[in-house]
Amino acid sequence: MLKHHLFWPLTVLFALLLFNFLYSPDFFSIQIRDGHLYGSLIDILYYGTPLILVSLGMTLVIATKGIDLSVGSVMAISGTMACLIISKGDNQSLLSLVLIAVGVSLVLALILGLWNGLLVSVIGIQPIIATLILMVAGRGIAQLIADGQIITLSSTTYKYIGSGALLMLPFSIFITLAVLIIASMLTRKTALGLFIESVGGNPTASRLAGIRARAVMLAVYMFCGLCAGIAGLIVTSNVSSADGNNAGLWYELDAILAVVIGGTSLNGGRFYLTGTLIGALIIQTLTTTIYMVGVSPETTLVVKAFVVLIVCLIQSESFRKTFSQLWASRKYRTGEEVKRHA
Amino acid sequence: MNEPQPLLQMTGIYKVFPGVKALTNVNFRLFAGEVHALMGENGAGKSTLIKVLTGVYSLEQGNVELDNETIKLHSPQEAQEIGINTVYQEVNLCPNLSVAENIYIGREPRRFGRILWKQMNEGASKLLLERLHLEIDVTRPLHAYSVAIQQLIAIARALNIKSKILILDEPTSSLDKTEVKELFAVMNKLKLEGLGIVFVTHFLDQVYEITDRITILRNGELVGEYMTNDLPRIELVSRMIGKELHVLADLPRLTSNERLQDASIMLKAEGIGRSGTIEPLDLYIRKGEIVGLAGLLGSGRTELARLLFGADRSDYDYYSIDGSEDKIHSPRQAIDCGIAFCPENRKTEGIIDDLTVRENIILALQATRGWTKSITRKRQEEIADEYIKALNINPPNPEQLIRNLSGGNQQKVILARWLLTEPKLLILDEPTRGIDIGAKAEIQKLVLSLAQKGMSVLFISSELEEVIRVSDRVAVLRDRRKVKEMSNEEISQHNVMQAIAGG
Amino acid sequence: MLKRQYLPVVVTVSLFVMMFALGSFRYTGFLSTQVFLNLLIDNAFLLIVAVGMTFVIISGGIDLSVGSVIALTTMVSATLIQNGWSPAVVIPLVLIMGASFGWVMGAIIHYFKIQPFIVTLAGMFLARGLCSVINIYTITIDNAFYVRMAQTKVGLPGNNVISISVLIAVSVVLIGIYLAHYTRFGRNTYAIGGNEQSALLMGLPVARTKILVYAFSGLCSALAGVVFTFYMLSGYGLHAMGMELDAIAAVVIGGTLLTGGVGYVAGTVFGVLIQGVIQTIISFEGTLSTWWTKIVIGLLLFLFIVLQRLLSTRRSMNH
Repeated sequence: MLKHHLFWPLTVLFALLLFNFLYSPDFFSIQIRDGHLYGSLIDILYYGTPLILVSLGMTLVIATKGIDLSVGSVMAISGTMACLIISKGDNQSLLSLVLIAVGVSLVLALILGLWNGLLVSVIGIQPIIATLILMVAGRGIAQLIADGQIITLSSTTYKYIGSGALLMLPFSIFITLAVLIIASMLTRKTALGLFIESVGGNPTASRLAGIRARAVMLAVYMFCGLCAGIAGLIVTSNVSSADGNNAGLWYELDAILAVVIGGTSLNGGRFYLTGTLIGALIIQTLTTTIYMVGVSPETTLVVKAFVVLIVCLIQSESFRKTFSQLWASRKYRTGEEVKRHA
Repeated sequence: MNEPQPLLQMTGIYKVFPGVKALTNVNFRLFAGEVHALMGENGAGKSTLIKVLTGVYSLEQGNVELDNETIKLHSPQEAQEIGINTVYQEVNLCPNLSVAENIYIGREPRRFGRILWKQMNEGASKLLLERLHLEIDVTRPLHAYSVAIQQLIAIARALNIKSKILILDEPTSSLDKTEVKELFAVMNKLKLEGLGIVFVTHFLDQVYEITDRITILRNGELVGEYMTNDLPRIELVSRMIGKELHVLADLPRLTSNERLQDASIMLKAEGIGRSGTIEPLDLYIRKGEIVGLAGLLGSGRTELARLLFGADRSDYDYYSIDGSEDKIHSPRQAIDCGIAFCPENRKTEGIIDDLTVRENIILALQATRGWTKSITRKRQEEIADEYIKALNINPPNPEQLIRNLSGGNQQKVILARWLLTEPKLLILDEPTRGIDIGAKAEIQKLVLSLAQKGMSVLFISSELEEVIRVSDRVAVLRDRRKVKEMSNEEISQHNVMQAIAGG
Repeated sequence: MLKRQYLPVVVTVSLFVMMFALGSFRYTGFLSTQVFLNLLIDNAFLLIVAVGMTFVIISGGIDLSVGSVIALTTMVSATLIQNGWSPAVVIPLVLIMGASFGWVMGAIIHYFKIQPFIVTLAGMFLARGLCSVINIYTITIDNAFYVRMAQTKVGLPGNNVISISVLIAVSVVLIGIYLAHYTRFGRNTYAIGGNEQSALLMGLPVARTKILVYAFSGLCSALAGVVFTFYMLSGYGLHAMGMELDAIAAVVIGGTLLTGGVGYVAGTVFGVLIQGVIQTIISFEGTLSTWWTKIVIGLLLFLFIVLQRLLSTRRSMNH
């Protein structure tokens, strides 16, 4: 069981939750008010949904040996576009208006994902560099859409996306669940998951085996864009406004962290969607924990830094080799001496 | 008579890797002012010996003497410092730096810490002109020049560091006839200056043109050292392959030619070739026929296979599969036309490390079905079990990660992958390399039964015995050209070896 | 006869000239030496950081921590200065801090073979986090030395002025150019960026060079932080947010290949100037908001990257 890929992430998550519980005994309490469930656990899920979504998309991209630095910008663009469309309507709460806004934003997000995919798979630019372009320009584009303003809305329908209650839980949780289920089905019930892992594991051999590597890469970048688009809708819906500059800021870094903690290697190959889910929850719980303990929220950055480093060191073969050599030499030195004299 | 002392003397060299005896009691010596060829087939130990000499590997046992002084090397830098320099096949220089820089970097002329460019450029030009008769603009970046020139620049770097010994590792692989001539002119000049040159190659014609002495290795052991002029070609080939001419008892051939009498042409490739890789040749394969491709390493067999599979672009497009003239520009298209390719280098081109045996087996078949029509898990397991049993894959666990299997078993998994696609033409590049004797025979029998059922096979192998045993026809490649084709009674180890040796 | 490898830099310089000319035609008062010098004054710290980044990218790596190290420098400086430490101690101290930070990152990248992107990302988190640990609010500096540095204007012929920061930046650029072209450290950096495996086989000190490159970048970030402190007269954890991206953009637009091995410090200078000129044009225009800068830079970045890719594909096809 120790070797199961979800073991360590789950352990860390439970440890964090336990710590929270010991620190504040009503951590696990859930109350019902106005037909909504309230409680710290719900908060973690609620605030964590955008990160979970973006991380899911990022998982597939990283699995193909790629990366997407533009997800934060895509979030900003999609959220801003939706708010813009709704703000132009007379009745902002009209369902059809909201649906059109959502539709247009998501199509835009898909196109941005396609852009990234084309740069990487057709033109052959390194993923870090290719997605850097949209990362830099994207905030500007979001501002362009919003004409430099922060758009505020008063649409109850739009607000529903992020905070509306369904079965007493925030609607966004269901959206995230749906995406998770669709992603899992697409990757495990069809051959898509196998192709992704193959392309990420050994692109040359995959091509020689007849896999359309190019199409696979386009698909994962588009999916990543879509996830970022949905996350952008949720974030802007929660605050009923679109801030092109700050929406989704530094999300890409948290997403990469979530994917890495969840067990997917930065080198591509095997990926774990549930692992990423837990990774994202860990990050969110970490933020909550730090907030509750009273340390300044910026300290999360320091902790994140160390977590990233430790996870990468563990994944690095050179580190493992050095570590195991040191370990072995401590234990078996006498044994080796005996061998040499034999 | 005073025999001159060798410049370099390696005696009793042993080198062991986990599970593999790479070099066993190998001797090698080099005299100043000679070109000494180091030859041997794959796995013979050539590159290991070179790496021991240049300090990349340490040796378990043995003695290395340079100018009668024992030396112990721990790194390429140390080797360079005492005058042993290597020019590798891939020309290990920096393409973005200028020619002069590549020659001098690491020891650029300086004054008070400041690099003197003018002096460096002038020095480089002088060096190239005087010692290599090469007149080029040394300020241009390396990548502006052809591989042939880059090699000469690599040699210039070695000379600049003051070499006693120059090791040329497969230097002519990427050169055309004129460039080879120029390289040889340089080598002859260096010979006269007293340099000892080790020439690692598999091009027979070149060995006879430029070398004074030949050392042959086989399976990590020394076969012998000979004066080039005293060793006829056919003997050279037989010593490399390990068969004495008169001991060549041909095994009973397993094929029968009756079934091929009315067979239609399955593959017709006319003028297929690619400049710098393979000279244009014609190849026909009939339905249910097994064509063996024989030749030494580097003769172009894998390159031809890759052209047929669309893994590389051929310069000419005249070929058809089973009557239809589809253009084959990618592996995907080749597979759609019914061709399968089991590559020689399974590590980089075959196995997907992270995946299980089962996943590796069904991969190509799944690719043909597209991503929507997934093969059910149950069916996948059935297929995996079937092939594990048929090819005797060990350990017989379909969920085992393929990276944990031995090389031979990995090869079987790749073979299974392609057999599963039920191709019309199966190209096998060294399918039995690294596989034990029992399994070798199994695979040979398998190939024959597949042919019986109508599959055409292109069988590439370095083991003559094997090629002759299974092939209906044998095409022989030498130095990137097809030199001969033989069928039926003509096929014998003697004839094939003769064709390979040429001359 | 223009050498082919200078092509991207030539494009950059021409682009800058074109933009400056465009501005001069369109706006009165644009075509003046002072406007040009203001580019340097306002972007001095970006220039310093970009010089360090140039070396890192030429070696084939990347450094995402530069903005955070600048912020950390301002924070540490401000805290110590306001507590009475002398600038003569503080400034060398933060420079050593920056260099050591880079040194550690370089060592982890090389010895444990982890991608530079991830290590410097962790570095970025760490530095920003440390800022907040020190103080989450702004610390204003009223130390006399700093104030003097901020306000001194160096006069140039023709009634033009520049700040001390510009002098520092120009020195760094000149040192950078010297290092890149006249020292073994610089040439080794280019070699590693060209082909690290070859550099190793050629006997070059790869480990030492790679680590020094990151240390140098850290040093530049710290120095840029010092200059930034003069500029802002405060220490704050949110200073220089996103500056790493500006630095990378400047380096790429300046003609350095992100794949490594090719690039010029002089090109980076123009990369920074182009960013400055874009911003100046936009502020002269008055009606456009500053976010247009980001789009234009993103667009330029895209064009340059595609240009680089086309040039390299054509080169590899010739062989």
